Amino acid sequence: MAQTQYAIRLEHVTKTFGGVAANQDISMQIRRGEILSLLGENGSGKTTLMNMIAGIYYPDEGQIYVNDELADIRSPRDALALGIGMIHQHFKLVDVFTAVENIALGLPKSERFDLRRVRDKARAICEKYQFALDLDQKVYEMSVSQKQTLEIVKVLFRGADILILDEPTAVLTPQETERLFDVMRNMRADGKAVIIITHKLHEVLEISDRVAILRRGCYVGDVVTADATEASLTEMMVGKKVELDIERPEPKDPVRRLAIKDLTVYNAEGLKVLDDVSFDAYGGEILGIAGISGNGQKELLEAIAGLQHPAPGSDIQFFPPEQEDKPMELLGKSPRAINEAGVHLSFVPEDRLGMGLVGSMGMTDNMMLKSYDAGSSPLVDRKAPQELAKEIKEELGVVTPDLNTPVSRLSGGNVQKVLVGRELAASPIVLMTAYAVRGLDINTSYTIYRLLNEQKKKGVAVLYVGEDLDVLLQLCDRILVLCGGRVNGILDGRTATKEEVGLRMTNLVKEDAEQ
Amino acid sequence: MTKATQTVHEPLLRIAKRDGIPFGKKVLIRAVAILLALVVDALFIFFVTGLNPLSVYGVMYQGTFATPVRFSWALRDLATLLCVGIALAPAFKMRFWNIGAEGQVLIGGMATALTMVYLGSSLPAPLLFVAMFAASVVAGALWGFIPAWFKSRWNTNETLFTLMMNYVATSIVACLTNIMRGQASSLGTLNKATKAGWFPVLFGQRYTINIIVVLVLTFAMYAYLKYSKHGYEIAVVGESENTARYAGINVRRVMIRTMIISGAICGLCGFLIVAGKDQTISTTSAGGRGFTAIIVAWLAKFNTFYMALISFLLVFLERGASEIASAYSLNEYAADIITGVILFFILGSEFFINYRVVRRGETHKEGK
Amino acid sequence: MSSLIAWILRAIPFGTIIMYGAMGEIVTEKSGNLNLGVPGIMYLGGFAGFASAYYYENLTANPNPVLSVVIALLCALIASTLGGLIYAFLTITLRANQNVTGLALTTFGMGVANFFGVFILNGSSYSAAPLANKAFAAKIPVLSGLGTVGQVVFSYGFLVYAAIVLAIVLFWFLSRTRVGLNLRAVGENPATADAAGINVTRYKYVATLCGAAISGVGGLYYVLDYNQGIWATTEQIEALGWLAVALVIFTTWKPLNAIWGAYLFGMLYWLYQFLPSLMGISVPSYATDLIQMVPYVVTILVLIVVSLRRKKENQPPASLGIAYFREER
Repeated sequence: MAQTQYAIRLEHVTKTFGGVAANQDISMQIRRGEILSLLGENGSGKTTLMNMIAGIYYPDEGQIYVNDELADIRSPRDALALGIGMIHQHFKLVDVFTAVENIALGLPKSERFDLRRVRDKARAICEKYQFALDLDQKVYEMSVSQKQTLEIVKVLFRGADILILDEPTAVLTPQETERLFDVMRNMRADGKAVIIITHKLHEVLEISDRVAILRRGCYVGDVVTADATEASLTEMMVGKKVELDIERPEPKDPVRRLAIKDLTVYNAEGLKVLDDVSFDAYGGEILGIAGISGNGQKELLEAIAGLQHPAPGSDIQFFPPEQEDKPMELLGKSPRAINEAGVHLSFVPEDRLGMGLVGSMGMTDNMMLKSYDAGSSPLVDRKAPQELAKEIKEELGVVTPDLNTPVSRLSGGNVQKVLVGRELAASPIVLMTAYAVRGLDINTSYTIYRLLNEQKKKGVAVLYVGEDLDVLLQLCDRILVLCGGRVNGILDGRTATKEEVGLRMTNLVKEDAEQ
Repeated sequence: MTKATQTVHEPLLRIAKRDGIPFGKKVLIRAVAILLALVVDALFIFFVTGLNPLSVYGVMYQGTFATPVRFSWALRDLATLLCVGIALAPAFKMRFWNIGAEGQVLIGGMATALTMVYLGSSLPAPLLFVAMFAASVVAGALWGFIPAWFKSRWNTNETLFTLMMNYVATSIVACLTNIMRGQASSLGTLNKATKAGWFPVLFGQRYTINIIVVLVLTFAMYAYLKYSKHGYEIAVVGESENTARYAGINVRRVMIRTMIISGAICGLCGFLIVAGKDQTISTTSAGGRGFTAIIVAWLAKFNTFYMALISFLLVFLERGASEIASAYSLNEYAADIITGVILFFILGSEFFINYRVVRRGETHKEGK
Repeated sequence: MSSLIAWILRAIPFGTIIMYGAMGEIVTEKSGNLNLGVPGIMYLGGFAGFASAYYYENLTANPNPVLSVVIALLCALIASTLGGLIYAFLTITLRANQNVTGLALTTFGMGVANFFGVFILNGSSYSAAPLANKAFAAKIPVLSGLGTVGQVVFSYGFLVYAAIVLAIVLFWFLSRTRVGLNLRAVGENPATADAAGINVTRYKYVATLCGAAISGVGGLYYVLDYNQGIWATTEQIEALGWLAVALVIFTTWKPLNAIWGAYLFGMLYWLYQFLPSLMGISVPSYATDLIQMVPYVVTILVLIVVSLRRKKENQPPASLGIAYFREER
């Protein structure tokens, strides 16, 4: 077999989900002994593409060549047999097992089962790549970075020489990231092909030999890292500005409604997900919140809504209408208490059916999710919610067979209309939306933009967490950029450029100053 | 590699979740399941006993419908079983696995019996009934509260906890009846002379009150789950605790409150059994209904009227089986077999309501 | 002293019944299936073993004790496996609710066993398989005669020792073999097991069937040894079945703990009869009723402590009670 330079070659690969092309006619190559960065915005199709190489998905069209032979990869097993291993963002580990046991899981039957031999072989791998991993430690006792190391060892143990890492640094501290990069360099020196999916430009520049860029499911091209700069990469990643023609009225006498100060939140694993976040939000304006997903957006909104437990020293103040001089502390209040204090806070969460709505209930019952407790009667009043449901159905054109059809049976766009409709009907003073147009078609998206603008004109303080930079730049008055749980600048939506926002999303400005 | 075709990726039969199913089809699937079960049962009857299954089913029918009295017995048994099912409905709707109804009924019945015996001579009848009612409800509620409290605090597994609580209750009942009976070999009928604490005879039967109470409860629980704020909270918590928190619902409080209600109604059922049906108490007073009712509640998807239907089916089978037993000198355990088979078929039929089997090549919507 | 010995002689056979039940349930639960049909399965195993031995003895001219043991064991295993198959098909293939299906299986197993039991009894109050009982309860020759130690350690039927061996084998199987490791992964995290190329459905089936077979031996032991080869239609097996489920919790899903746990439960169960005479006090009979709850209270305490300490090793398998549907990943 003639060894050529390509470990993997993709030719005209296309994958479609429910009519939407996640990957469109992609052709690219990965060489042995190189580290390739796969760069792209959220939803640009990076993970889907790699999943096809790893056997999770099967391409609709196109071919995958591994070591210059046409390969038919139908399962992760097939992929491993070809020497391809992928480390997913969500680890596939059994918590109560030790590292060795996890490595031994699903080993081929042809091998004699001997945990000691597994341990010896795993230890050899650890030594070779200088992993600091206690092989007899239980997974639940491990840090995120140790779990990730274990996943890498698992893949190497199976003899993988093509490694795909899906956003490996998202969960790591800078020191851990450095260590991971050392490992990757070792693997490169060992002749392995390494692909890293990432958004962080400085990491791309630091670790990779070559960068391949995807945008909206299409292959934009590749550049040798040495020839690239953050600016050039950002431009390739975000593309030219697209005119969306979204209305943006001037804010009319904005009044301060929220003052967030030093907001810090730790997640269940004890990681800092929000770090000293401070900003003000004003009535009559839309404050956009930009950032790669998982950089604290979810926690920020949930903290304001009373669903998180911020660390001591944090502060969230609300300034009631007509009584702006009497700020009210929201911190420590439950969602119910916030509501009862007269703070009309509407929140469209990211997880529509898992948090914002009850999937098994119809529109009517979902209308009263936050208001069912009003009044002193022990019975729920379905008359008003039903009227409201009817209104929303008509005004927003919700397609549903019946007001009592479980909302989980509606299409994604209709689900979102129900949720947004309910939250707007509560006549909010503050309105928070997370990924309000994700997965929606153009028409529905524009309906949502229109509704948000209507709220803005009414003097509502709107917080809009979004992922599409074009939308953020054309809808929002100000754009707060979150990066690694920190505020990485608040820009004027009218003057900011796409590149500027993109850069701030991927790179802490303060760090730049230090470098 | 060249041999590989698309077929490997898409198996011949694939299972997909249904988006929903018309009411008529649902009923049809269940009816077919019960019919199949009856056929299997008929085969069983024929091969084991050599009897004509149809005539056996005919005799079974007699068990419930031969005379008005038999029908009223069936209603009495139905009331008892349904009462436990009603008690379990809110807990199960909240996805709280209360396997402890047996114990909650027993402890409620025990509290009733104690009140009956020790206050029977000192309290006037109306007050005595109030005291019995209160004692049973409090005892049952306590039995529901304990596992709920631990679950809400430390997420202690409620299935196993409530299961164990059954046997704690059984021991307590055994101990107390032992004390109460003194030297006698069994407890016997309580307050036999004074009939204090016995429900009055209504329309010829003492258990008429049981039937009325359960009838009221059937409507009340249906309304509670469907129209009350509590019922709404239960539905939200059962669906998603995340959503409940988002809506500002205090999940812990709802959990404890619901289990207190569930246990209290079980306790009330104990009250009905002692005052309206048996006039005594023993470790077998609940008679396994605590377990059967779980199946009733689950199959009816917590709709109390469906529960009444399913309870009726089970009681009908039970009474029919004892009728067969005496008619053909078989034994009553046939009821358990017939019931078991029917339950298996109904449980299995749920699959065809919730899922559909997609054949290869059939067009289907891509899963999310 | 003699009453202590008598106590132990009661506790160990009693413990053996629930030990089989619990070991079977541990295997089942390790695959993520919570089978509340254990009592029903024990009924099936006990009855099938008894009925086959009974007919063999009564229909054969010269019944051979060894053959009667083999026949009874085989029939018990087959019947309980079939019981497990009903549960497995409904919960794994048809994804019916595990708790409800288990309870229905308990009703069914109890019905089948008692219906045919009464059938065999045919009017008499009990029925016996003396030969099989003798074979099952045969003490170890010579050793059982060696004084007190011989009496306490060697005077039981072979199934008592088989249970201990089985517990050790299960321990070894679960912790040291490939299949055991894979099985535990299926119960903990089926999606991960699936991704590792383990056939989750097959593992669940095999574990549930094997578990049912083991549980069924408990019923067999109860009838042909503990109950002296007498089939009397009782509710006893049901109570024993639930005690076996309790024992699973008590052992925190570890087969080795089942050995001492089962004997401890046996001691606790017979506490009411032997403790008073051992301490030379007389306890009223109502108090003995109360003492009977001790095994269950202890189990509840274990359950609470386990949930309090949140020590991962002592938790139930993480996906216990949940049907696995790959597309819901």
